[in-house]
Amino acid sequence: MSTVKVKVNGMQIECPSDATVLEAARQAGFRIPTLCYLKGINEIGACRMCLTEVKGAKGLVAACVYPVAEGMEINTNSQKAYDARKRTLELILSNHRMECLTCVRNQSCELQALAEEYGMEEVRFGTPKEMQPDIEQSTPHLIRDNSKCILCRRCVAVCKNLQHAAVIGPNDRGFSTHIGSAFDRDLGEVACINCGQCINVCPTGALTEVDSTYKVWEALADPKKHVVVGTAPAVRATLGEEFGDPIGTNVQGKMVAALHRLGFDGVFDVDVTADLTILEEGTEFIHRLQNGGTLPLITSCSPGWIRFCEQYYPEFIPNISSCKSPQQMFGAMMKSYYADKLGLNPEDVFVVTVMPCTAKKFEIRRDDQSAVNGLWDMDETITTRELARMIRKTGMDWSALPEEDFDPDFGEFSGAAVIFGASGGVMEAALRTVVEILTGEELAKLDFVDVRGMEGIKEASYDVAGTLVKVAVASGMENAAKLLDKIKAGEAEYHFVEIMGCPGGCINGGGQPIQPGNVRNFVDIQTLRAGALYSEDALMKMRKSHEVPLIKKIYSDYLGEPGSHRAHELLHTSYKASPKYPGLEADKKKN
Amino acid sequence: MNFVRSHVLVCGGTGCTASKSPEIIAEFNTQLKNCGLDSEVRVVQTGCFGLCALGPIVVVYPEGTYYAQIKVEDVKTIVEEHLLKGRIVQDLLFKEADAHGVEQSLNNTDFYLKQHRIALRNCGVINPEEIDEAIAFDAYKALGTCLTEKTPQEVIEIITESGLRGRGGAGFPTGIKWKFAAASPGPVKYVCCNADEGDPGAFMDRSVLEGDPHAVLEAMAIAGYAIGASQGYIYIRAEYPLAVKRLEIAIAQAKEYGVIGKNILGTGFDFDLEIRLGAGAFVCGEETALMTSIEGHRGEPRPRPPFPAVKGLFQKPTILNNVETYANIAWIINHGPAAFNCMGTEKSKGTKVFALGGKIKNTGLVEIPMGTTLREVVEDIGGGCPDGKKFKAAQTGGPSGGCIPASLIDTPLDYESMAAIGSIIGSGGLIVMDEDNCIVDIAKFFLQFTMDESCGKCSPCRIGTKRMYEILDKITQGKGTLEDLDILEELALHVKENSLCGLGQTAPNPVLSTLRYFRDEYEAHVVDKKCPAGVCKGLVEYKILSDKCIGCTACARVCPVDAISGKVKEVHSIDPSLCIKCGSCIAACKFGAIIVE
Amino acid sequence: MKTIEDLQKIREEMQSKISLRKDDGDSIRVVVGMATCGIAAGARPVLEALVDEVGRRQLKNVIVTQTGCIGVCRLEPIVEVFEKDKEKVTYVKMDPEMARTLVSEHLVNGRVVQAWTIGASE
Repeated sequence: MSTVKVKVNGMQIECPSDATVLEAARQAGFRIPTLCYLKGINEIGACRMCLTEVKGAKGLVAACVYPVAEGMEINTNSQKAYDARKRTLELILSNHRMECLTCVRNQSCELQALAEEYGMEEVRFGTPKEMQPDIEQSTPHLIRDNSKCILCRRCVAVCKNLQHAAVIGPNDRGFSTHIGSAFDRDLGEVACINCGQCINVCPTGALTEVDSTYKVWEALADPKKHVVVGTAPAVRATLGEEFGDPIGTNVQGKMVAALHRLGFDGVFDVDVTADLTILEEGTEFIHRLQNGGTLPLITSCSPGWIRFCEQYYPEFIPNISSCKSPQQMFGAMMKSYYADKLGLNPEDVFVVTVMPCTAKKFEIRRDDQSAVNGLWDMDETITTRELARMIRKTGMDWSALPEEDFDPDFGEFSGAAVIFGASGGVMEAALRTVVEILTGEELAKLDFVDVRGMEGIKEASYDVAGTLVKVAVASGMENAAKLLDKIKAGEAEYHFVEIMGCPGGCINGGGQPIQPGNVRNFVDIQTLRAGALYSEDALMKMRKSHEVPLIKKIYSDYLGEPGSHRAHELLHTSYKASPKYPGLEADKKKN
Repeated sequence: MNFVRSHVLVCGGTGCTASKSPEIIAEFNTQLKNCGLDSEVRVVQTGCFGLCALGPIVVVYPEGTYYAQIKVEDVKTIVEEHLLKGRIVQDLLFKEADAHGVEQSLNNTDFYLKQHRIALRNCGVINPEEIDEAIAFDAYKALGTCLTEKTPQEVIEIITESGLRGRGGAGFPTGIKWKFAAASPGPVKYVCCNADEGDPGAFMDRSVLEGDPHAVLEAMAIAGYAIGASQGYIYIRAEYPLAVKRLEIAIAQAKEYGVIGKNILGTGFDFDLEIRLGAGAFVCGEETALMTSIEGHRGEPRPRPPFPAVKGLFQKPTILNNVETYANIAWIINHGPAAFNCMGTEKSKGTKVFALGGKIKNTGLVEIPMGTTLREVVEDIGGGCPDGKKFKAAQTGGPSGGCIPASLIDTPLDYESMAAIGSIIGSGGLIVMDEDNCIVDIAKFFLQFTMDESCGKCSPCRIGTKRMYEILDKITQGKGTLEDLDILEELALHVKENSLCGLGQTAPNPVLSTLRYFRDEYEAHVVDKKCPAGVCKGLVEYKILSDKCIGCTACARVCPVDAISGKVKEVHSIDPSLCIKCGSCIAACKFGAIIVE
Repeated sequence: MKTIEDLQKIREEMQSKISLRKDDGDSIRVVVGMATCGIAAGARPVLEALVDEVGRRQLKNVIVTQTGCIGVCRLEPIVEVFEKDKEKVTYVKMDPEMARTLVSEHLVNGRVVQAWTIGASE
C-alpha cells in the first residue's frame, strides 16, 4: 500500500495515499468535527462541518471527502475553519427544534455535543425554540420527527446502501427538503423492513424507537401480573456502553442484577430458546437434507430478514425454516411450559424481552404468534436502549451492581446460544449440533471459524459423514440480496444459509446503543462487540445446544422430541408474501 | 425552371412564435398563392434574429428589408406591395432603416453595427429544420476536416489557441478542459451539453438550439473525436419544447445523413447523441448535478475532486460544455483560431452572446466582442432606457452575478474586468435597471430565486439563503436595522465561501454586490425607513395631493380595498392602514394627484 | 450515409438557393422596376429571366431584386445594375431575351451593353 507524507498542524506524518484529510488528521491525533460522514456508507460532503484549511486550495475543503496528496499542508484549527464551522452550526441549529432537556438523545446527541464544543451561546436566526414537532409514526418500531432532522442523509444512505430497501429519501428541495417516503406516504405504507439501522446512525433525536417501557412499568406495578423478562444474547455485549463501559464489555452479570432490581418476577435468558431453536431447526435441516426437502434451508430468527424476504424475495419463502425466532419461542414457552410448571394462569404471565432489535416490535404482533389460548406469545419487547433508560430512571448505580445469575427455571444455556448475536453465530451453533448428529461422533473442534467475522457474505463447506455440506452466511440486506441473486441465478448452491437483517448480526441491531459518527467511522465496534460473545462461548463448559440439561428436560418433560406435534404447535410458524406498497394496493381498490 | 427570386424569412424563435409567427407564415403562404407568387417567393422559418423587442420579425431578401412587429393582418400588405409591386412598406419597417429601406444594410443599424455574430451566425438565416440549409452554411464541414485532416491533439490545440472559454458562466478554458479529459484513461468517455439554461431572463442557448441546432451537434461530435468519446448527451430543460423539437428533428436528419451515428462520413468514427430532459430544477444546470440527474438520481451536486474530466458521468471521464461554447467550435475550426482570438481582450477572446432585458429599448439577443463596454451595450446597441429614465445599474450573470452601477458603466465586459468589480459574465443575461428600480428589491428577487432553487443538500446554502432572504424581506418591510446589514453581509460571505456547489457559492453575489455599490440605498431602507425608488410596499405611502385632487371619485371607485374616502368635489384621502399599494388609483387618476413616496 | 464529398455537393447545390440571403456589400445588385408601370410593360418576365439565368450560371455574387417606380415610366421595363465603386448602369425597354444577354455580357464578362442603356435611348 502506497503512502504519502503530509503535514497536519505542522506535524509531519505518513499516511495511506488514498486517505482523506479527515483520516490523515485523525492519524495525527486531531478530530475534525463531522455530522454527515459515515465511512463507506455516506460520503457526500454535505453538512460542511468538517471544513478545513489546506494550503493552496481554493477556499476551505470538506475534509471527509478531500483526498490527501504528497506534501499537503493541513491546518485543522485555523480561525477561518473554526469560524466557518461555527457559522454552519449556527445555521443548522436555527432550523432544529430545540427540545434538548426532554429529548431522548439528551447527552448522546452529536449536534448537541458540537454546539457545546463550539460555544453556541446565541442562535441569531430562525425560531428553534418555537418550532412545532413534525412527527410521523406509522410503524410499530419507529418515530420520525423531522423538526429535529439536520438532513445529514445518513439514514437514507444506510437504508439504500446497506439494507437494499431505499424506502426513505429527501423529498422537495431547498429549505423545504425533508426526509420521507415515496410521494410523502407513511413509512408503514412502503416496504420498510423495520430493521432500525436508520435510528442507529441518526445523529440527533429525529429518529427514535417507539417507546414500550411505560407498558413494562405498568405491568411491573400490576400485582396481578407475573412479569418475566428474557434477554437476547447481543444485549449483554453492549448494555455497558450505555453506562460508559468500553465497547465489547460483557456485562451479563450486571444486566441480570439490574433486571432483578427492576422488579421482574423471573429473569431469564432467551439463549435458552436459542438452544431450543437449534434443536428444532437442526432437526428440520436434517429432515430436508435426507428427504429431498427444499434447500437451502434459511434461518428465521431475524424478523428484519423475514420482512425483507416476504416483501422483496417472496420466492424464497419455502426455504425459510418454519421455526419461530428465539424470542417468539420464549414467549410461547413462558405461557405454556413455564406457566404450567409454576401453576400460573397463562393470562397472568406478562412476557417481556430485551432485544438489540427494533423489528422485534413488529414481530410480536405478526399473524400466527399466539400459541397458547389465543394469547400473544409475547407481550412486550424493549430495546437495549430502552432497558438502559429504565435502569437510569430507577437511579441504580451501574458501577456498583454485583454479578448475578439468571433464574434457574429458564436460565441454563450453551455457548452456542450466546454466539447467536454475531453474524455466523446461528450457523456455527447449528453446525455444532447437526454435525454431531449426522456423524454420530463428538466434534474435535467446536470453533467453525470460517463462518465468523464481519465480511458481508461468508461461505464454507464441511465434509459431514460423506456429504459435502455447503453453507453461507450473509448479514445486511444488500449482502442478502447479492447472495439470493446468486442462488436464483444458479451460480451457487448451498444446503444451509444464515441471514441476519443487520450488518454484522444482532450486535449491530437497530436497538443497540448508538455510537456517534466519530466512533463508528474509526472503531470496528462490530468486531469488538462480537468478541464479547465469542469470548464468553470459549470459556463455557457447555458449548453445544443439545447437551444442555435444561433443554433435554424440556423435551423429555414437555415437548417430546424435536419436531414433535407439540413442538410444532408452540414453536413453529408460517410466512406469506407481503406487498411492498400496501398503500398503493388500497388506492387501486378505492379507484 | 427554378426562379425563386425572393426569400421571406420569418423568425420562429419561441418569443416570436408566442406572438403568432406560425400564423404569419401560414398567411404568407396563402397570400402568395392568391397573388400567384408562390413559386417565386419562398417563405422560410428561421431562428432568432436577436431584436426580440420588436418581434415578430420578417426579413425579405435579397433586399434585406427588416420588418418588425408584424401582425397577421400586415402580411397581405407586404405581399401585395413589396413582393408583388416592389414597394417597401415603410410603416412596417424596423424604424432604423433609412428612407429607402433597401440600400440600408441590416448590419448598419445601431442594433447590429457593433455585433459580430459567430455563435448566432445562422440564427435568422437558415431554416433550422432543414439540414441542407445548415450544410449550405458550412455545417459538418469542420467535422469532416477534423476527422480526415487533424489528430485529436491538433483539434484540442486549435481550440486552446482560440482562447475560447466556457460560455456557461465559469469561463474555464475549453481547450484545457478537453485536454484533461483526453488524458484520462478510456475507453468509455462522455460528451455532455448543458442546455439547462436556468438563469431567469437568459435565452441565448434557447435561441441557438431553436435557430441552429446542427452547430451544437457538430461541435459535440468534434469534441467526442478530440477526447475519445463515442456517446454524447444533451441535457435540455423541459421548459424549452420548441428547442427540444428542433433538436429532435436535427438529430434525426443528422443520423439519416450519417453525420451522427456509426462510421461518420465513412471515417470509422462513431458518435451517438441522446437528449435528456430536465424537470424544472435550476440546480441541474450545475455540472455534477446535471450528471447525477442523467444517471437517474435526484439532481444534487457532488463534491470535487474527483473532477468530471477524470470521473464524471457514470464515473467515466466526461466533458460538459455549454450550448454557446459548442456553437463557436465549428466556426473556429473553419476559420482558424486566429480569426477568433483577434477579437476580445488579452484573456477573454472572441465574442459573447448577451440577452438584453429589463429597462432597455432594444431587448433581445446581441453577440459582441469581449471587451465591449457596458456603455456601448446599453446606449448604442440597446438604445438606452425607455421613457427618458436614468440608467441606474445593470445586473450581469443573473442570480449568480453582481450589479454594475452607473458609475462603472465604462467597464469592459470580459471575465477579468467583471471579477474585479464583483460581478461575473455568467451565462450572458444582462438586465438593465433604471431609477425606478429598487436595488434592495432586485437583490431580494434574485435571492428568492436561488433560495427556491437550492437543492437542499448542504447546510450553508439550504439554510443560509433562507436566513438571508428573511433579513432582506425584513428590510423591505421597513423592519430592518443597521445591524441587520452587517449580519446579512456576514451570512452572505459565509454562504459564498462554504457552500458545496456553484449555486450556493454565487447566490450571495447580488446581495454582496448591491451592498458594495448601493449601501446608501440599503441604509435608506433601514435608517430612514424609506424606499427611494418607491418600490418596497412596506416603505412607501400612496398620497393624494390636495392641490391637484378635484374630487372626481375615480380613484375611490377602483380601489379594491376601499381605502380611499372623500365626498364628490372634495379632496380625497387614502387610509394607509388599508392601502395595499396596488397602483389602481394612480392609473385611474387623470390629474396626477396621487403620488408614491 | 454521406461522405465528405456528398456534403460538399449539397453545399454547392444549395448556394444558389440561399445566395439571396447573403448580405454582403460586394455583391452586384440587379434591380428590376416592378411598379404598376413596369409590370404593365412586362417587367415580370424580365425579372424571371434574370433570376433563371443567374441561377443557371450559378453566379454567386449577383443579387436580383425588385423595386418600385424608378421614375422613367415610358422606358419600362427598366433594369438597374449597382456595382461597388462603379457607376450605376440603367438599362431600359428590356425584354426577357435582352435580360439573358445582359447577364452574360455585363455580369459575367463585365461589358456594359451600351446600346440598351438609358443614355443610348435619349
